[in-house]
Amino acid sequence: MNSAKERLINGIVKENPTFVLMLGMCPTLAVTTSAINGLGMGLTTMVVLALSNVFISLLRGIIPDKVRIPAFIVIIASFVTVAELLLQGFIPFLYEALGIYIPLIVVNCIILGRAEAYAYKNSVLPSLFDGIGMGLGFSVALTCIGAVRELLGAGEIFGIHVMPDSFVPVSIFIMAPGAFFVLALLTAIQNKVKINGEKKGKDMSKIQSGCNSDCMNCADMGCAHRLYDEKADTGEGTGQTQKAVKEDEKND
Amino acid sequence: MSDLMKVSSNPHVRSKTGTSSIMLAVVIALLPAAGFGIYNFGLGALITIVVTVASTVLTELIFEKVCKKKVTIGDYSAVVTGLLLALNLPVSAPWWIGVVGGVFAILVVKMLFGGLGQNFMNPALGARCFLLISFTSIMTNFDCDAYTGATPLADLKNGVDVNILNMVIGKTAGTIGETSMIAIVIGACFLILMGVIDLRIPGSYIVSFVIFISIFGGHGLDGAYISAHLAGGGLMLGAFFMATDYVTRPVTRNGQYLFGILLGILTGIFRIFGPSAEGVSYAIIIGNLLVPLIEKITLPKAFGKGGEKA
Repeated sequence: MNSAKERLINGIVKENPTFVLMLGMCPTLAVTTSAINGLGMGLTTMVVLALSNVFISLLRGIIPDKVRIPAFIVIIASFVTVAELLLQGFIPFLYEALGIYIPLIVVNCIILGRAEAYAYKNSVLPSLFDGIGMGLGFSVALTCIGAVRELLGAGEIFGIHVMPDSFVPVSIFIMAPGAFFVLALLTAIQNKVKINGEKKGKDMSKIQSGCNSDCMNCADMGCAHRLYDEKADTGEGTGQTQKAVKEDEKND
Repeated sequence: MSDLMKVSSNPHVRSKTGTSSIMLAVVIALLPAAGFGIYNFGLGALITIVVTVASTVLTELIFEKVCKKKVTIGDYSAVVTGLLLALNLPVSAPWWIGVVGGVFAILVVKMLFGGLGQNFMNPALGARCFLLISFTSIMTNFDCDAYTGATPLADLKNGVDVNILNMVIGKTAGTIGETSMIAIVIGACFLILMGVIDLRIPGSYIVSFVIFISIFGGHGLDGAYISAHLAGGGLMLGAFFMATDYVTRPVTRNGQYLFGILLGILTGIFRIFGPSAEGVSYAIIIGNLLVPLIEKITLPKAFGKGGEKA
């Protein structure tokens, strides 16, 4: 169960998909007009993420390497369809509010990213908890962004009026530009907290992001590594022919 | 004589002109427009101007103190930003509009991008658009003691007759500093004589705007219609004081002409085809965003480079 806890903390804090990995920006910016929309989107994504992680992990011995991306998409799309129909049936107001962004969960890069980077390489249980952790991290982030935007843009949180009556809503915060302002602000705050903790000499390894701005090594570990290898394997021949063609042109 | 004989490396020609003297010149040039605004709209305009300028200067001071940076309020750039922003507010706006706008202009648009010289967008205009989107009803309410009803530009758009003489003098509804064409042009002449700005951007802006509205405005070469468009709204203030901002205009000579033409066309599109009567501030900030691209395509060739092949 230790690895499960580690996966959960990893998803919520260390590699929070929104504030640290900066993945899934489209739903993050588009649906967080209120806290409840953010929470709904986050939880829907979490369910899809956890289930697709489990199935991809189960099928990882069967899916051929060359067609893994289409295979992932089919699995993810199935669960998104299930989630969409359930939302439409049982929480219609959320279904209305999220609109096109529910089907678009299929192409959410967090889900595809976790499938590729984690579930495809690890056993079922850690993959499940990786999905739940990442999904919770996404939900927390979206709810925070939604709450701040709702507070400033409408004077409410979760639909409850909290600001004094004299407060004039800053409606830009529930429009598209406000999403960028709030995302930037919250990301800056969580970075500041982490950096301050480090300066004070606390042990931050538990909440510090895995890569620690060491992007070069990070690229070697994750999915980029595979891409890089493939290029090195197959790209050499074509590279040489291109060079030869170029030289021919020069000679002409 | 001994001064002239000094041996040193270049630059040999020095001038006392610096950021602070240029900014001070801009402040002085804005005073006629500000003064007319106070005369036209009463004491409320003065309060708005003071509050807005104070908020921009204090925001810069506090930010630099908190971040332990060099304090740069002595270069008057924050004063210029505050003054320009205040001149772009309606007099009926409550005092906190100026404070919110001032904090946004300095903190978000200017300081977070690295301070003066690094901002990609004119801070005063960025804040004005922020306020315009956030508090649309407050920012477009031009009712005050002196005037009620629509601005001349809105009247023009709706086909109501406008009094052009009043528009040129400035005795109309509008934001504090934009109404008087005469006061703005006096300030602009001062800046041009001081060598702070030149006519490349304002000239190409106004000329291209006139050409655009005479083609698409639906009135042809109607002198009254065109002069009403020139005297109304923020066109003069924008063309002379905001489009010419050193930080957010192109540095290349051809780029400046291109920038002016772009602004003229954008303003024309917003005013004639857009839903609102005014479009100067959006035109200028969109132009600001395109400045890096404009500079890229108008970079002059270095001497000896890029000769045509025989």
